[in-house]
Amino acid sequence: MRRERVKLAGAEQVGPYTLLRIGRGALDPGVPGQFFMLEAPGRPLPRPMSVCLAPPGELAFLIDPIGPGTRALCGLEPGDEIELLGPLGNGFRLDVGRPLLVGGGIGIAPLPFLSEALGGPPAVLGFRSDWHAEAASLVPNAEVVIEPTYVTEAMQSGHEVLACGPEPMLTAVARVEPGAQLAWEAPMACGYGACYGCAVEIGGELKRLCVAGPVLEAEAVAA
Amino acid sequence: MKILNASGCLDALTAPEVARALDVFVTKTVTPLPREGNGPPRISEVEHGMLNSIGLANPGIDAFLAETLPRLGELGVPIWVSVGGFAVSDYADLCDRLDDRPEVAAIELNVSCPNVDDVPAGVGEIVAAAHAATRKPLYTKLSPATADIAQVALAAQRAGTNGLSLVNTILGLALDERTLKPRLSRAAGGLSGPTLKPIALAAVYACYAATGLPIVGMGGIQSGHDALEFLAAGAASVALGTVLFSDPAAPGRVRAELANEIAARGVDGADNAIGLAHAEPTAVSEATARAAAMSG
Repeated sequence: MRRERVKLAGAEQVGPYTLLRIGRGALDPGVPGQFFMLEAPGRPLPRPMSVCLAPPGELAFLIDPIGPGTRALCGLEPGDEIELLGPLGNGFRLDVGRPLLVGGGIGIAPLPFLSEALGGPPAVLGFRSDWHAEAASLVPNAEVVIEPTYVTEAMQSGHEVLACGPEPMLTAVARVEPGAQLAWEAPMACGYGACYGCAVEIGGELKRLCVAGPVLEAEAVAA
Repeated sequence: MKILNASGCLDALTAPEVARALDVFVTKTVTPLPREGNGPPRISEVEHGMLNSIGLANPGIDAFLAETLPRLGELGVPIWVSVGGFAVSDYADLCDRLDDRPEVAAIELNVSCPNVDDVPAGVGEIVAAAHAATRKPLYTKLSPATADIAQVALAAQRAGTNGLSLVNTILGLALDERTLKPRLSRAAGGLSGPTLKPIALAAVYACYAATGLPIVGMGGIQSGHDALEFLAAGAASVALGTVLFSDPAAPGRVRAELANEIAARGVDGADNAIGLAHAEPTAVSEATARAAAMSG
């Protein structure tokens, strides 16, 4: 874990989301599924964001402006500086045979980086609307479904599933693919095990998602 | 003057490099039995601070002594163990169990966690029982949610506490913007961060004046200037809490900023800043003030 003051290189609108491109400095991008804590200007706490893309010299994060912290991040302008801490947590295992990426909404955030690492495997992405689905352009070989169709209806069997999305989606994926790797989300104050805020029930016990996850084997979470 | 972490704001085993930047590492509160803590969500950001309702999640004293403490002892940083209970005898038992452990430099009595239902007995009674059970130095951590904190501090002093840790969080509530329901699973939680600083400073100021005991001041310290204010109010040391979440490098940064602040004011070392807010204005400064008023 390393903390650096870095500069915003650019920001692009992708449907309702903002793709923040940030100069990487000496920061290691980590493995897909790992995350960074991003200083949210004017807010007391940083925000956890998984790496969306890691082009040379940059890190890109896909942000949904739903609260004061994410809105502050989406309001950054090129040249603005923020503190970045990471990479943090455990990412996806990449030793998979026939990968299928599954994402829902803003949960597709780590999939572009993951897709690149796995050589562009097939993906199934679910969104609330066509507007939200514009983010599918970030993931190659993606089949898109829009609510009320769910990703589990479009998933084909015989793959090793790597998924990120809202909790009901992950629970549904775990039911049909018990061997899946799932990237979870929880409110975090620190991202490095200090605050004990991101507790989730794993294997019947409350554990810190930032240290135990955020990527977990589906079996570990199924109640 | 030492820089500590506030109890529950750092896990030295997952972030040893942060713990080593401190003068003292204070553990998360240890209770007699293991506690899983409260259900999620248990943190929420608010304007200028945060709420937490972790609920004293810890492995319990048996596992702490067998597994955690030996590993903490290898860090090379003095260890203070924070203990919490639900009856006077809990504190006595916990202190007794820690008494012969060489890894433990001091014990902090957490008599003020806002996130548990069972309220312990009077502070004086707890401190007296703890004092009888151990030879380790005792720091009593008080809540600011009391009408007269100086009276509580005096009760702790009479019962034998060696110092005070001021302050614990104070209960606050945050509601979801859309649903207007509490954001935390337990509804209210402990408020910390910059918003707590004036409350903490008032507690330090009052308890220093009332007791003269060594005080570890904490509550919203973000910078060296904040730390200096706590020293001036009467703290002998300071602890960092919420700032560690956004800045794991805060111990070194605050230490450097504090040294600069002190040097810039011509004060000879941090220890000479302790209690400055209490000093009577000198004759010289009064004369200077009169002259300034007349020349205005």
